[in-house]
Amino acid sequence: MARTVTRLTRFNMTSLALGLAFLYLPIVILVIYSFNASRLVTVWGGWSLRWYREFFNDRAMLDAAWMSLSVAAASATLATLLGTLAAVGLARGERFRGRALFSGMLYSPLVMPEVISGLSLLLLFVALNAERGFWTVTIAHTTLTMCFVTVVVQSRLSTLDRSLEEAAMDLGCDPVRAFLLVTLPLIVPAIVAGWMLAFTLSLDDVVIASFTTGPGSATLPIRIYSEVRLGVKPEINAICTLVIALIAVIIVIASFASKLSSARGESGAAL
Amino acid sequence: MPLLRIEGVAKSFGNFRAVDKLSLDIRAGEFFALLGPSGCGKTTLLRMLAGFETPDEGRILLGGSDIAQVLPHERPVNMMFQNYALFPHLSVRDNIAFGLKRAGMARRDIAGRVAEMVALVKLEGMEKRKPDQLSGGQRQRVALARSLARRPQVLLLDEPLAALDKKLRESTQGELMELQRRLGMTFIIVTHDQEEAMTMAGRIGVMDAGRLVQVATPRNLYEAPASRWIAEFVGDINLFNGEVTSRENGRLTVATPDAGRLAVSELWPPVTRQVVAVAIRPEKVKLSRRAPATDGGASQAINRLEGVVTDVNYLGGVTSYRVKLETGAVVRASMANTARLDVDAYLAGQRVVAWFTADDCLVLEQ
Repeated sequence: MARTVTRLTRFNMTSLALGLAFLYLPIVILVIYSFNASRLVTVWGGWSLRWYREFFNDRAMLDAAWMSLSVAAASATLATLLGTLAAVGLARGERFRGRALFSGMLYSPLVMPEVISGLSLLLLFVALNAERGFWTVTIAHTTLTMCFVTVVVQSRLSTLDRSLEEAAMDLGCDPVRAFLLVTLPLIVPAIVAGWMLAFTLSLDDVVIASFTTGPGSATLPIRIYSEVRLGVKPEINAICTLVIALIAVIIVIASFASKLSSARGESGAAL
Repeated sequence: MPLLRIEGVAKSFGNFRAVDKLSLDIRAGEFFALLGPSGCGKTTLLRMLAGFETPDEGRILLGGSDIAQVLPHERPVNMMFQNYALFPHLSVRDNIAFGLKRAGMARRDIAGRVAEMVALVKLEGMEKRKPDQLSGGQRQRVALARSLARRPQVLLLDEPLAALDKKLRESTQGELMELQRRLGMTFIIVTHDQEEAMTMAGRIGVMDAGRLVQVATPRNLYEAPASRWIAEFVGDINLFNGEVTSRENGRLTVATPDAGRLAVSELWPPVTRQVVAVAIRPEKVKLSRRAPATDGGASQAINRLEGVVTDVNYLGGVTSYRVKLETGAVVRASMANTARLDVDAYLAGQRVVAWFTADDCLVLEQ
């Protein structure tokens, strides 16, 4: 398909520039100030990597970052596993009784206010007398991000030609092997994209994490939030810049993965 | 005992009865076509043979044993899908080898069988390509090779040529027939294209609303359709409703409001009803400027209908005419263009006589 390149009119250019500025100007300012040599956040004191050095020497901050990354990785992995199974069940399973209810309930975390999910999880953990820390945050983030994985994987599955699985069964695969040998390789990009989405969501989250975490196991966003309340240190800018860079990389990879996934789907579906 | 016996098979989806107590025998080595309009249940029947749908009632006997409840991967039957369903992440070679690996064939034997299949469908040199690097015709061949590789007892083909253009379709039809003869395999093809069914199949089963309405050779299907519906579904036909008024020496006279009294030869089994339809295929209707003389009396009774040509459609090989009779009824006639310069072509508005013999007519009792 030929991609047509159209020249932008002056009006389009202006509105595009304003829109982008609205979205990204604060971030750009933050990134620039993270290289500020001055101790005062609002005063420019020349270029420096001082605050990055400071961050890498800040034990508490590094611990929080490590905590965040490990919670994100663990909860994203769990959420991907469960979310993919739910997506397969919804897209491929027989039309079981209560299917509509199940899919509706699965998506409720998408619209549920985080404060409510956080509070209900906290009550659950207290009732279970679970020690709050790494695992409680991980489980809480898994419940939050699983539905996003399901949405991504299910939309991929719904565009995947069902006759591919039938062909696999026709050629001697039982349903499980048909899934493993044909369906799974074709939805891997969507699963990867789902994992990355779950990872970034978990990395972002303050509300649910602050409800479900315990003393001594603060995640990076919680740590930043509590530091900022005492006044913005330029070090925070450096940390945020690093987080932005990490998330940007992940989002780019995820979007490539889902593009690859849909490209494969087209070649399978068309003819 | 036929290779495949379908006995009183029925399948409903909700309230819709897709296949209705259908029975059919298919012999080993046969090329059988299931023909019908869309929604007639032919694909559902095929999917029950493949195992993707389970019949609500009835039995499917393959080589004497009932496979109606057997799962798809345990049936010695393979299917070629309408959209080919090639695995996009696997190369041509791996697509063809897929079923062989699942059957637990030894590595060396797989390589040999794949090479044989690739040669069979003339895809040498394409083994490493992925499906999206192939043309439509090549994909169709890969799908065929993949479904043949396991040497199934029965190969099911679901509209296998629907996605190809006309020229490619015709050459592929020939290749499929040749392949089927060479391998001596049983092919069951589902199609809505009657020309395709007639070209390829030895026998055709016509389906309508979940039922098999006629099973016949292509010639019998066309020349002796069992009902009005089949006569109209397979090819073009002129139909005149009427009543039988007399019967003598195997000849019926039918009085029709549209075309007057028509003489018709009676075939076996004899007509039992009074109210019938006389059917005549357009190519068996001849046109002439003057009424032909009756030749040889009773043996060749000729029906003559006078009218005016209203439409002339030149289609290359044939020209089709519509002739309006005095009663207002229209008779369609088609004539082969046997000469390049046709001085005898009829023009719209011309008065002609449309005539046909009693032997060329059919009597249909609904």
